[in-house]
Amino acid sequence: MSNLFKIAIRNLFRYRRRTLLTASLITVGVVFVLAFVSVSGSFKNMMIGQITDSMLGHLQIHRRGYVASIDNLPLNLNLRPQALKRVEDTLAAQPGIEASSPRIKFGGMFSNFAETTNIRLNGVYPDREFRTAPLLTSRIIEGKKTLEKGEILIPVLLARGMGVKLNDPIVIVATNQDGSVNGKQFTVSGILESATGPGGRDGYIHIEDAQEILRMPQMEVSEIAIRLKDFSTLNAYASRIEDLLATELNKQGKAIFEIHTWENLSPFYNIARMIDVMTFFIKLMLIAIVLISIMNVMIMAVYERIREIGAIAAIGTLPGKILNMFVIEGFCMGIMGALIGDIMGISLVYILNLFKISYNFGQQKGIILQAVVQPMDIFMISITVIIVSVIASLQPAFKASRMEPIQALRHV
Amino acid sequence: MGLVVAEQLTKEYITGEVAVRALNGVSFTIEPASFVSFVGPSGSGKTTLLNLIGCLDVPTSGRLIVAGTDVGTLNRRQGAIFRGATIGFIFQDFNLLPVLTVYENIEYPLLMVQLVPLTERQRRVTALLEAVGMADQKDKRPDQISGGQKQRVAVARALVTQPKLVLADEPTANLDHHTAYMVLNLMKKMRDEFKTTFIFSTHDQKIVGEAETIFTLEDGKLNAAKSKGGNGHE
Repeated sequence: MSNLFKIAIRNLFRYRRRTLLTASLITVGVVFVLAFVSVSGSFKNMMIGQITDSMLGHLQIHRRGYVASIDNLPLNLNLRPQALKRVEDTLAAQPGIEASSPRIKFGGMFSNFAETTNIRLNGVYPDREFRTAPLLTSRIIEGKKTLEKGEILIPVLLARGMGVKLNDPIVIVATNQDGSVNGKQFTVSGILESATGPGGRDGYIHIEDAQEILRMPQMEVSEIAIRLKDFSTLNAYASRIEDLLATELNKQGKAIFEIHTWENLSPFYNIARMIDVMTFFIKLMLIAIVLISIMNVMIMAVYERIREIGAIAAIGTLPGKILNMFVIEGFCMGIMGALIGDIMGISLVYILNLFKISYNFGQQKGIILQAVVQPMDIFMISITVIIVSVIASLQPAFKASRMEPIQALRHV
Repeated sequence: MGLVVAEQLTKEYITGEVAVRALNGVSFTIEPASFVSFVGPSGSGKTTLLNLIGCLDVPTSGRLIVAGTDVGTLNRRQGAIFRGATIGFIFQDFNLLPVLTVYENIEYPLLMVQLVPLTERQRRVTALLEAVGMADQKDKRPDQISGGQKQRVAVARALVTQPKLVLADEPTANLDHHTAYMVLNLMKKMRDEFKTTFIFSTHDQKIVGEAETIFTLEDGKLNAAKSKGGNGHE
């Protein structure tokens, strides 16, 4: 086999300029695909990180029907104490779960004693919430990065609109499940940077304060947000938790609980899908470039070496070996293009990072793009290029191997 | 039994709607270790006959036995294996692989066709390089040596597998007379040394005289054989 490689490599260098041009074409393709995949992939991952780590969590558990009515924040679809306990016990037994945070979500009136507006609020256990959505503290642009009873974190746009500052007293008024209205005074302990996506402009209070405003005799929650230790296990854990909780049925015989991953809850998932589709088409373009350029070169190579093929066939070289000879040439060219492309692609991404490209995402300004070249992307792109190179070589190689020695030797 | 036995060999080619008979009922026997030439003008059927003997083509009718094998019955793969084991080829245009050195060109059939172990390869290639006088050129590529040297390399490549038979189609056509004689003498010397049968075709009357047995072809028919040493007969 090493001799076939030796002959193939020498043949490639025999037509140096042509080989270099073809390898360059593949290289350019690999560089751009790698750069695109890295930049778009990093953008996607950063955005998913922003959404999951600052608000949503990786997945959430709700009572059946809650998400369908989530815009109304229905209090009658809260998880009751028994159901909550069942979920908490199930989650506690899962080793892959980093943290979970029960939330009471409700809408209320926000008053600074002069003006009143509406607000969406999350009642949370601060410690658990900060562990489940670790970027939430980084969104606190003013004030302390904690939340005590009697304190409230309010979104920056609301603070600006209402002219509310840190440590100002405000009042939250809300209607409970039974329709009775209650109010409670809070101190603004922090101003939250707005974030794009569901819950990005919500305020936060302590869960016991929420319980008090809503006059809940027992703890009921709207949702439980979950953070996993390993994000890549998302779908596996979603299925597992769903299976574990599927035994709890309502009167209609349907499961009480619904499990939603961030993908079900955030519209950004569609953008992420679009990025994936674009990446797919960019990869298809690379495949087309490699396929056409390698096939073109190999057809030329076979055509130019017909007499050589005739000679080696005449002296007894088996057709399979002739086929291998040309396939290995394509393989080597693919490896060459992929290798140089990988090196140049990594360098390009490194240079892009030096420029600290920033962008805005919704209300979030000046996010610095940190493009990362994933080893799996390098591997997959390289393997694709190499496999496509081999496939592109197959037809010319097969033609060479099937050549009649007499006709090949007569070729002028 | 002869090394090559042809019985009523016929070969027809279809060109458009016209059938051209390149060989017409040719019969002959060639004994082992012969030095045989097929002569005749262009279109007389020399190359066709050599192609048939070399298993590169199959006869339309008749029987051709080479080294005890009816070569008309071999399929493509069997033909390649048979050629690799039994026949050496010397081409008019040398057909050395330009990307390989002189040494590697001679080694090629042992490496890619017969899969001979390294030490044996080295022994055989080195011996043949010495025999054809190309030892000092072994690291050169074909484009760095002359036509005569290329044909010497081709002779060594044909002999390296220790074939029973070497076929040479117009081996001197691209060489000047002096070099042509040198190559033919080299082939003869190799025949004497390795007891290999050499069959070559030529239309050059001056070269023909070097053969020990001469078969003359005309319009696809074999005329009487002239034999100096008596190794071949019609």
